[in-house]
Amino acid sequence: MKTRAMKSRLSALAIAATLSVSAFALSGTAQAGATFDGVKQKGYVQCGVNLGLYGFSSPDDKGKWSGLDVDMCRAVAAAMFGDAEKVKYTPLSAQQRLPALQSGEIDLLARNTTRTLTRDTANGLNFAPTNYFDGQGFMVSAKLGLKSAKQLNGATVCVLPGTTTEQNVSDYFRANKMTFKPVVIEKNEELNKAFFAGRCDALTSDASQLAAIRAAEVQNPNDYVILPELISKEPLSPAVRQGDEEWMNLVTWAFYAMVQAEEKGLTSETVDAAMTSPDPDVKRLLGVTAGNGKALGVEENWAYAIIKQVGNYAQSYERNVGSGSKLKMPRGQNALYTEGGLMYAPPMK
Amino acid sequence: MSKQFPADPAPIPTAPVPPAHWAASYEEEPTQASAPPQANGMTALKPFGWAKDNLFNTPLNTALTLACLFLLWLVVPPMANWLLLNASWSGSSEACREAAGACWSVIVVKHRLIFFGTYPYDEQWRPFLACALFVAMLGASGVRAFWRPWLAVAWALTLVGMGVLMWGGIAGLTYVPNDRWGGLPITLMLSVFSIALAFPLSILLALGRQSSLPAIRTFCIGFIETMRGVPLVSVLFMASVMFPLFLPEGVTVDKLLRALAGMTLFTAAYLAEAVRGGLQAIPKGQYEAADALGLSYWQKTMLIVLPQALRIVIPPIVNQFISAFKDTSLVTIVGLYDLLTAATVATTDPEWRPYFAEVYVFAGLMFWIFCFSMSRYSQWLERLANRYTRR
Repeated sequence: MKTRAMKSRLSALAIAATLSVSAFALSGTAQAGATFDGVKQKGYVQCGVNLGLYGFSSPDDKGKWSGLDVDMCRAVAAAMFGDAEKVKYTPLSAQQRLPALQSGEIDLLARNTTRTLTRDTANGLNFAPTNYFDGQGFMVSAKLGLKSAKQLNGATVCVLPGTTTEQNVSDYFRANKMTFKPVVIEKNEELNKAFFAGRCDALTSDASQLAAIRAAEVQNPNDYVILPELISKEPLSPAVRQGDEEWMNLVTWAFYAMVQAEEKGLTSETVDAAMTSPDPDVKRLLGVTAGNGKALGVEENWAYAIIKQVGNYAQSYERNVGSGSKLKMPRGQNALYTEGGLMYAPPMK
Repeated sequence: MSKQFPADPAPIPTAPVPPAHWAASYEEEPTQASAPPQANGMTALKPFGWAKDNLFNTPLNTALTLACLFLLWLVVPPMANWLLLNASWSGSSEACREAAGACWSVIVVKHRLIFFGTYPYDEQWRPFLACALFVAMLGASGVRAFWRPWLAVAWALTLVGMGVLMWGGIAGLTYVPNDRWGGLPITLMLSVFSIALAFPLSILLALGRQSSLPAIRTFCIGFIETMRGVPLVSVLFMASVMFPLFLPEGVTVDKLLRALAGMTLFTAAYLAEAVRGGLQAIPKGQYEAADALGLSYWQKTMLIVLPQALRIVIPPIVNQFISAFKDTSLVTIVGLYDLLTAATVATTDPEWRPYFAEVYVFAGLMFWIFCFSMSRYSQWLERLANRYTRR
């Protein structure tokens, strides 16, 4: 939903931006290491975030930024400077985000951006590992007792018209030889009202959206369930400019360090005690066995700083979008690979 | 303020003398308001007689009056119930779910975010003070008795003071970079500065458009028509998105400054056309008389033409000011936290998301307060400027 609406509305602008970007990409290749050195020199990470998307990046009541994407920015700052607070946030609209990165206004884009081939190539971006696997899902009333979207045959589905959301639903039902009755309503608020008033059996949108709607509209989130099937792929990934592999490496491994920390059971509370752990993987991760930091061009305690100040991936997830937040999103695809999810950190050695 | 020209009982003499029953609403002067409105021999029965004469004098009017009353009865009680009587004024979002009316607690909880955006929480007294200072100075600048040279000095001091408050970095204040500014200060500063900068620019453009020098005239026409030919959104996009792409990497112009420049140029183009209307309304004899006196071009312009022209165009200029003020809310698409953006962000919190209507009503009220003050002030200014004119 995030990217698709924008595309249809501002395709002309997107073309203009792409043109200027491809011109830019030519000059971009000559600047290997420029971003990394630039960030190091100025002493902070300039991070492009969403203007306000609860759970991913939004200012709280006190104007302090928080969210899953914000944690990504903080992790990179912690790795670079040993201080997660050395981030400056640039709130970006959907239309602005790619040019802002391409023009060098920001160093890192962590703004619920779906990784696609075009963006990775023609738009001159490099994507770090996906920090949130989103996708279109279905929400149904818990009373129906459904366990899978495959049981939705013949259901009425509330859907926004004219979006790829609508297209995805019909494709999914056709592919699974099922039928459905669409209830098409133009406006988001009315669509949600119609669903909660019982006019349709299922509401479809991106899973993160469904969770946000559920948190807003119903008192007991357990009255509604988000079915496990995601029928579209929206891998939301942080991005950097092409042409600086050093910087790309740091962003990539800053995220992997959080995943690795979860796998090894290190949290911001236990990481101090873990410094004496005999596990060679933990030793390498925390810089007790030196080498990783040097390879990345930062201090050896880079991962320690991330885990201590930002936390591991599970902590970040639960705090921002999971059980510790108002969204109460299940881990789903974002669980570790050992628990049936897609989060997998390569060996850190 | 009315002391300046109390000798003018009917402020717009050219208008037809209003019916007596308009008097209470038509006459805004405090000197008039202090006299009892019913003093000129009206009886207590007058309102009924008036209603009979004006609201129920024909069957059609009677029907229309009744229809209007019915509509009011349909709209006003539920609205009052929602806005005030059944509203929830404090407490949690659970209390709001119980309440049948509006949930004003969302404003109570989120007002700091709406007003000051991402400005550091503990330092928010600084933008508050800066805004208060700014509004006070705007108010003071409207009072005629203060139109003295020291006002310019006071403004310079105020701007420096605001800069110190907002940025800090000296006098024990921590430094707050302007990418953390947000809410009301952004809206106020963007609108006031773009208007203040656009106004002189627009006069130059309007004069240039009438210039006999082809290069200047062509440039001014080209500029005005280009700016008027594109929507403000595209100007902001050019300023914020495309412009940095043309700069060498590492060279960035501040985002706020870029948006301000875009808004200034855009407003200037529209204002220039309003000013040009005033220039064209000046009778040719005025120009010729000035020439006959041997005045130079600038003397003629500054002493004869502009004072008359600007007086004529007060309404369209203020119209443009108000529109520029409201247009500041478009900066959300270039990622600036103006008042409306901050309000929108406040509604993304799932706990308070159902109460977006209240947040927008509140933001609308804020905008209305500023726009309405501008409009009232312009009416006063217009009367002041035209007090010697009998046309």
